[in-house]
Amino acid sequence: MTEPKDYLAGVGSDIAKSQKRVLFVTRRTSTKVKVRDEEQVQTFPEALLRIAVAVELLVVALICASLLFDAPLEGIADPADTPNPAKAPWYFLGLQEMLHYFPPIVAGILIPALLVLALVVIPYFNVNIEAEGLFLTNRRRRLNIFYIASLGLSLFLLFFKVYVALVPTLIVAAFMLIAASSSLDSAKRYRRYLASKPASWWIMTWFLFELIVLTVVGTFFRGPGWSWVLPWKG
Amino acid sequence: MARGTDSYFDKLQRTRAWRSVFRSGSGYSTLHRALAIQQNVFLHLFSTKVRRRMLTFRATWYLGALTLGTFFILVVTGILLMLYFHPSVPQAYADMKDLKFVVSSGMFLRNLHRWSAHAMVFLVFAHMFKVFYRGAYRPPREFNWVIGVILLLIALLLSYTGYLLPWDQLAFWAITVGSNIASAVPVFGGKVSFLLLGGHQVNANALLRFYVLHCVILPLAAALLIAVHMWRIRKDGGLYVRQSEPRIEPSAGTLRDSQPDDAVVKV
Repeated sequence: MTEPKDYLAGVGSDIAKSQKRVLFVTRRTSTKVKVRDEEQVQTFPEALLRIAVAVELLVVALICASLLFDAPLEGIADPADTPNPAKAPWYFLGLQEMLHYFPPIVAGILIPALLVLALVVIPYFNVNIEAEGLFLTNRRRRLNIFYIASLGLSLFLLFFKVYVALVPTLIVAAFMLIAASSSLDSAKRYRRYLASKPASWWIMTWFLFELIVLTVVGTFFRGPGWSWVLPWKG
Repeated sequence: MARGTDSYFDKLQRTRAWRSVFRSGSGYSTLHRALAIQQNVFLHLFSTKVRRRMLTFRATWYLGALTLGTFFILVVTGILLMLYFHPSVPQAYADMKDLKFVVSSGMFLRNLHRWSAHAMVFLVFAHMFKVFYRGAYRPPREFNWVIGVILLLIALLLSYTGYLLPWDQLAFWAITVGSNIASAVPVFGGKVSFLLLGGHQVNANALLRFYVLHCVILPLAAALLIAVHMWRIRKDGGLYVRQSEPRIEPSAGTLRDSQPDDAVVKV
């Protein structure tokens, strides 16, 4: 993002000719104080002490976990013996779940690449900086875009029978409909809250929801041949 | 601050040896405390002051600090594990058995390394979502967000490369699944997979490459980027505060959420 110019350098910007500089503030001219200097404390010792305590609590927790639970170790690697199912580490199980429905080029390359790209570009779009409530302006147009996007995505997931990803999508879409029918003057607090949320918030929340659901399903609910199993049934 | 009785630590701080090591000198003044940060090569990554309300738990949940904490644990336990580990087949697997049955506290060491690795991946994700929901990616912090995304990928790769090292069934097949995905990249997918594994399938070459990646290349990259990541927090104006600004009731009509917070007149 380019820094918006709040001022123009006026006469005498050549320091050799004139040592006076005049500044014309052309935009956002209010000198009203919007951010006050707030109370600050010394990093040493105030912040470092708290960080040290936080990290020590974490160390204690991890040591307790290490004393109670042993890291898994199966038989020696055997290329001739494929376990069923062969599972990736838990943080990749969302992707492995996608791999079950889509070819590797989509699930293994395209989806992760798009995810990383989407994450990287977040701060470079002004719409994410301003973060206006999604349906507060251009309501009709944005609602149409929302209908097309969510319906298209849902039909796509339905077509490939990706019910695991479809359910969170529909839930988030339902909340977005509530947001669309709410405003900042709504009587209910949760409605005001939902109405104030920008597009990036909805997308990220949908992503987080999908991430959790797919990871939990991949970890606990998938058995031989990537079939649906219930973890509490042997 | 005047102190009637000097502690041993005060005396130690005034010794010539101490003064030769710590540039900030001794003392309890605000200046000395600022210098303690500013004059230390590691601590100078932090700013000398921090907004008080950013120290509350709800502001950050300390997720960044905790992630760094897991990284430190992983470096220490990782170096100790390296003393017992041979990146060769089948010795790697035998070393796992030795850690369990021969090395004193070997199993504890491996447990701590593994659970800390899981914790780090979890904390990196949590940190990212917390930063996002606080809106702390906003300018001028864009690039620090990007560094954070790269660090997320490095954390995943660190965990993933470490996953192969025990050379058990779990490790072998998890990596096989992953490397099959890499070979699906169009045009040069096969080459990427070959480069990563040092062959066409997961074998002893792959173990050695993953070991080098896991113990040298990725930790160095992570350490470097972590330093930049923390230095940029200071350079970009400290921890982001907007979310903890006084809340203006949304029913007032306008939503403060939409106002740029750093409306400082630049001169």
